[in-house]
Amino acid sequence: MLRKLSIIAAVAGLAFAGQALAAGHPLPPKDVKWSFEGPFGKFDQVQLQRGYKVYREVCASCHSMKLVSFRNLGDKGGPFYNEKYKNSNDNPWVKAIAKEYEVADIDSETGDPIKRPATSADHFPAPFPNEIAARGANGGALPPDMSLLAKARANGPDYIYSLLVGYVNPPAGLKIGPGQHYNPYMAGDLTAYWSGSHEKVPPGGFIAMAQPLKDGQVTFDDGTKSTLDQQAKDVSAFLMWAAEPKLEQRKQTGFAVIIYLLLLSGLLYASYKRVWRNESH
Amino acid sequence: MSGHSTYQPKTGFERWLDARLPIIRLGYDSFVDYPTPRNLNYWWTFGGILSLCLASQLITGIILVMHYTPSAAGAFASVEHIMRDVNYGWLIRYMHSNGASMFFIAVYIHMMRGLYYGSYKAPREVLWLLGCVIYLLMMATAFMGYVLPWGQMSFHGAVVITNLFGALPIVGESITTWLWGGFAVDNATLNRFFSLHYLLPFMIAGVVILHIWALHVVGQNNPTGVEPKSKADTVPFTPYATVKDGFAMSVFMILFAYFVFFMPNALGHPDNYIEANPLVTPAHIVPEWYFLPFYAILRAVPDKLMGVLAMFGAIGCLFALPWLDTSKVRSMRYRPTAKVYFMIFVVACCILGLCGAKLPDDKVIPHLTTFKLIDADLNSFVWLSRVASLYYFAFFLVILPILGLKEKPLPVPESIASPALTEKKG
Repeated sequence: MLRKLSIIAAVAGLAFAGQALAAGHPLPPKDVKWSFEGPFGKFDQVQLQRGYKVYREVCASCHSMKLVSFRNLGDKGGPFYNEKYKNSNDNPWVKAIAKEYEVADIDSETGDPIKRPATSADHFPAPFPNEIAARGANGGALPPDMSLLAKARANGPDYIYSLLVGYVNPPAGLKIGPGQHYNPYMAGDLTAYWSGSHEKVPPGGFIAMAQPLKDGQVTFDDGTKSTLDQQAKDVSAFLMWAAEPKLEQRKQTGFAVIIYLLLLSGLLYASYKRVWRNESH
Repeated sequence: MSGHSTYQPKTGFERWLDARLPIIRLGYDSFVDYPTPRNLNYWWTFGGILSLCLASQLITGIILVMHYTPSAAGAFASVEHIMRDVNYGWLIRYMHSNGASMFFIAVYIHMMRGLYYGSYKAPREVLWLLGCVIYLLMMATAFMGYVLPWGQMSFHGAVVITNLFGALPIVGESITTWLWGGFAVDNATLNRFFSLHYLLPFMIAGVVILHIWALHVVGQNNPTGVEPKSKADTVPFTPYATVKDGFAMSVFMILFAYFVFFMPNALGHPDNYIEANPLVTPAHIVPEWYFLPFYAILRAVPDKLMGVLAMFGAIGCLFALPWLDTSKVRSMRYRPTAKVYFMIFVVACCILGLCGAKLPDDKVIPHLTTFKLIDADLNSFVWLSRVASLYYFAFFLVILPILGLKEKPLPVPESIASPALTEKKG
């Protein structure tokens, strides 16, 4: 009886799941096949390195990534992990990258504020000293911190990729304010800026960021052709790593745990059958 | 914990201890020799599963506190510190956040089982009431726990829920200020929620002990709803129930592990990975899934105060249930009419959960505009939640009281052993 009931409940739950999109909502993100998807997913290390380059040369001029330290780049599963350097602080690539940045510190002799080259233990410094400065430099809009961006949006990597490649010319009839750009994947409601019929409000919203990536914007060191699509994919993968650096460790542990639990369940079921063999119930 | 003890101390130490603190006797009588109805099905394994959930939440929670910073300035970063820098911190934190959902999945199944098999009826009223108290404490704990990471949903969820108390006449505003520890949700709120989030689980553990005590006084209910009459009706708890519970726990852990390792954020909201900002309100503030049915009832009522009362009334019905159901027959297995109403009730609860996740004005059937009824189109989630809420209350306040007097139940078996020994399936 209750078995039937649980089926009914499940069907009722699913019946409403497929909701069509109403006008004005953003387009659903494009479904990209990522190497880190699925129970056995892993980051593609070369892709992460390319993605880091995109972040370093384009995104980082406006977006902070304050939760990530330089040493994280050399952690297992990270873009510059090398088996020779179990301790990522010894990793020469990490050290070299850190040295490119300057961070604020205090002179240990005089107590004066100084700038010094970053070490692997430092966090990525923010491009702006504070929120007001960031807004001031970006037409009033705050570029979000990128440490968790891929987890702070639904279907994060797909969404970031779609947004980056999704810039299109605004449809005629859409009034665009100064410093605004149209993107069909951006959240928002354009009804108020749309002169056409209410049924045909374009999908998406306004974004203060102009299209950041273009073909050939970044030169990849591994010779990969630097198309917009490639850059967008690589930086999205990199941001997923930045948001969830323990993803590989998690999935690998999970595989072992599930195998263990399946075996345990099998043994317990066999014990259950044996214990109850002479008891009707 | 009740009845005649059959414990025989075997060693000198056991005899010595038994004369001073019969704790081994207590354990033996409760979890080894305790007579268990032989016909319990898998729906009865959720009690054990729930104790597993509670233990898991306590252990992971205590470890999280070792690394967490309870302050509005440091909470968000400290959770990320746990995720990134603490050894296996990601595992502990994902177990804790998904563990809350698993706890509620198990408790809802446990409650529905009690409802279907009439486990709240005499002499088990106190057992049921203690369960309701545990459920209330669980909700309070889960709500306050969700605030602690201090993400956008944490913050704005706390604002919405604490503001509900503001709907109470006269005392509302004072209560809200008192809950906040100030005039807005801020550092003081986070700190008191943290303190209470650490306290309440131990209160839950205390009430769980009372719950098990009450259970062992009156004995377990069973799918027939007929009390055990002879030794033939029961089997000793160990090994019969322990091995079955153990198997069910292991299967449940597979589900738990699947969420923790392969979709740890599926039950959460992406906005909670954005640090709390009082100046930016998320587009849609939604509570965690396990509160959605109550959230739907709250929003189904146009008046704020009445909505709050309806929401608490929905939980109140559970407390009054033992005195609302008038049927002499315990198990709905022998109440064909009640069974149908029960199933509609389960569906209504699922629909309420769905309505809680949707915007009230969104259409249930896309692209169909019907007509405006009072304040919203008939084809909207607010009207669906009104219908479902109405059924929710009608089930407790009308159907169960009247049906018990009117229906004609099927014949109830003489004893547990008689159907169990004659027919294979129930």
